[in-house]
Amino acid sequence: MNIVVCISSVPDTTSKINFTENGSKFDSSGIQFVINPYDEFGLTKAMMLKEKAGGNVRVITVGDALVEPVMRKALAIGADSAIRINANPTDSYFTANEIAIYLKENPADLIIAGRESIDYNSGAVGGMIAEILNLPFVNACNGLEIDGNSAKLCREIEGGKENLSASLPLVIGGQKGLVEESDLRIPNMRGIMQARSKPLMVIEPSSDENLTSSESFEKPAEKSACKLVEIGNEAELVRLLQEEAKVI
Amino acid sequence: MDFKTNENQKMIADMIQQFGKQNITPFVREWDDTQTFPVEVFKKLGELGLMGVLVPTEYGGSAFSYTEYVTAIEQLSILDPSIGLSMAAHNSLCTGHILQFGNEQQKQKWLPKLATAEWIGAWGLTEHNTGSDAGGMSTTAVKDGDEWVINGAKNFITHAISGDIAVVIVRTGEKGDSHGMTTFVVEKGTPGFTSGKKEDKLGMRASETAELVFDNCRVSEENILGNVGDGFIQAMKVLDGGRISIAALGLGIAKGAYQAALQYSKERHQFGQAISKFQAIAFKLADMATEIEAAELLIYNAADKKNRGERMTLEGAMAKYYSSEVAVKVATDAVQVLGGYGYTKDFPVERFYRDSKLCTIGEGTSEIQKLVISKQIIG
Ligand SMILES: Cc1cc2nc3c(=O)[nH]c(=O)nc-3n(C[C@H](O)[C@H](O)[C@H](O)COP(=O)(O)OP(=O)(O)OC[C@H]3O[C@@H](n4cnc5c(N)ncnc54)[C@H](O)[C@@H]3O)c2cc1C
Repeated sequence: MNIVVCISSVPDTTSKINFTENGSKFDSSGIQFVINPYDEFGLTKAMMLKEKAGGNVRVITVGDALVEPVMRKALAIGADSAIRINANPTDSYFTANEIAIYLKENPADLIIAGRESIDYNSGAVGGMIAEILNLPFVNACNGLEIDGNSAKLCREIEGGKENLSASLPLVIGGQKGLVEESDLRIPNMRGIMQARSKPLMVIEPSSDENLTSSESFEKPAEKSACKLVEIGNEAELVRLLQEEAKVI
Repeated sequence: MDFKTNENQKMIADMIQQFGKQNITPFVREWDDTQTFPVEVFKKLGELGLMGVLVPTEYGGSAFSYTEYVTAIEQLSILDPSIGLSMAAHNSLCTGHILQFGNEQQKQKWLPKLATAEWIGAWGLTEHNTGSDAGGMSTTAVKDGDEWVINGAKNFITHAISGDIAVVIVRTGEKGDSHGMTTFVVEKGTPGFTSGKKEDKLGMRASETAELVFDNCRVSEENILGNVGDGFIQAMKVLDGGRISIAALGLGIAKGAYQAALQYSKERHQFGQAISKFQAIAFKLADMATEIEAAELLIYNAADKKNRGERMTLEGAMAKYYSSEVAVKVATDAVQVLGGYGYTKDFPVERFYRDSKLCTIGEGTSEIQKLVISKQIIG
């Protein structure tokens, strides 16, 4: 089976996020980038499918040279080759369109994106790729079994699960459940060494088409300081909860 | 020379931190308390490729250079210096000796098992009566037909009990003759080969240190590494590279202790402010950071020379000496920064304090390093 995993390089969840140029640009200085966690579940699932049924796992991203360490980590984990479309993505459509253009030329049986990236959270790339390529799409996919050309899938829905079936080729938006956290793989020394000799192809973008453009970013208001209420002054606590916090 | 951490080093550091979170950090206290050498964790580190970092891939190793090797030991030592020490002994002493001086057949026989930690390796030079003066050893091997018969004991040997294989240097000639010693590989289970008392130590308690005992132990001629008479010279060459290991171990200890002290100094308030605001504490942290940086540069300089295959006796000894002393000083100051809490086992600095002392002793004491350095510079 021929699998493509879409990888987004995102700030580590412990990063302190800042913006420059009047809140219009993300400040990447001092930020540690990691594989988007939802994509890591997808990559691990892809490795398992390959180990069971044979085939090939490619990872693809849209990004500049700064994302290469994250791609090499994906190679170290076990992907066979990597593709980087050399552009700074400007919106989900741009990313999805570029990946779809690549996939038209270089098709895959299974395309795994994450349900969303943990930085911009638009959760749209997988769905858009499917639409452009006219393929079935299941988002928030937390279970996948493949038998020949047909797939049995499981999807998270409010308060439960939905079981689905579809035929390949297919696009999913993966998340935890596809594999468990304990299944995630730590790249070993051999993998890290091999990653350097595996192909990391850089291709130029085909278009510069955006459907949206970002104006500025805002951070949530700083949390106000913690207020301590003395023992015996419970009436004040109730007043604060009612009038200031407005929770009761 | 490029001083920037390369991408391999970053990935290796990531890998060790990720692995350690689940497999090392939660158990460090228990291993220290109970003097447990965690064999299973060691095997898992082998699966990750950390037990044959410098071994070429054709022998099952990871084929990295000393640069990545330093990062691996340093990062493991930040988590648990005992594991760092064990990794160093396995990689650079036992495995490293076979890699440098074994013939093709010997390398194929033993390296794949060692590089994956299917077998744990020990290396024996020190004896009860000869430490710094290792050349005066009294364990002997006497030729008898196609075999050699070893008698005596090696002391303070890392993995003497859990090890599956030991590389030992023993006397085959006259005392005082530096060409009177020979290296043998002895496998566990060889009749007459046993281990003795396990040391109860101040620090490095999760790294096993014990005695290797030889009582009419018969070893085949095929188990000799290199030529008869080359053992001591080989050992000195192995230690040249080994010094980088202990220097990296010291660096990890210093970094671990410094990070803990830095964080604590910002959180702990006395007299209405964070203690990091007191110059006495801030200057301690400044010293620590500077000395760590200096130690790191010395180590990467020695590693760089080693990678190029240049002679690095002087650079290795300098790195080992300085980094070890820095480890002890930084760990000592870190305890001071944490005050009473630093003296308890609830914080990691008291363990760094105990563990650090090994660095100025193992694989050549600080005094011996100064002897080596002064010989090199004075001639
Ligand atoms: C935890 C641990 C693990 C070890 N693992 C191994 C191992 O795996 N394999 C192995 O072979 N060995 C191992 N060793 C042994 C270690 O290498 C020796 O302890 C070390 O070389 C010092 O020898 P010694 O203890 O006999 O001290 P000594 O040589 O007796 O030294 C005592 C003191 O005298 C000083 N001194 C000695 N000679 C001189 C001199 N000429 N000039 C100035 N000062 C001098 C020393 O610096 C030291 O301060 C280990 C030791 C420890 C503690």
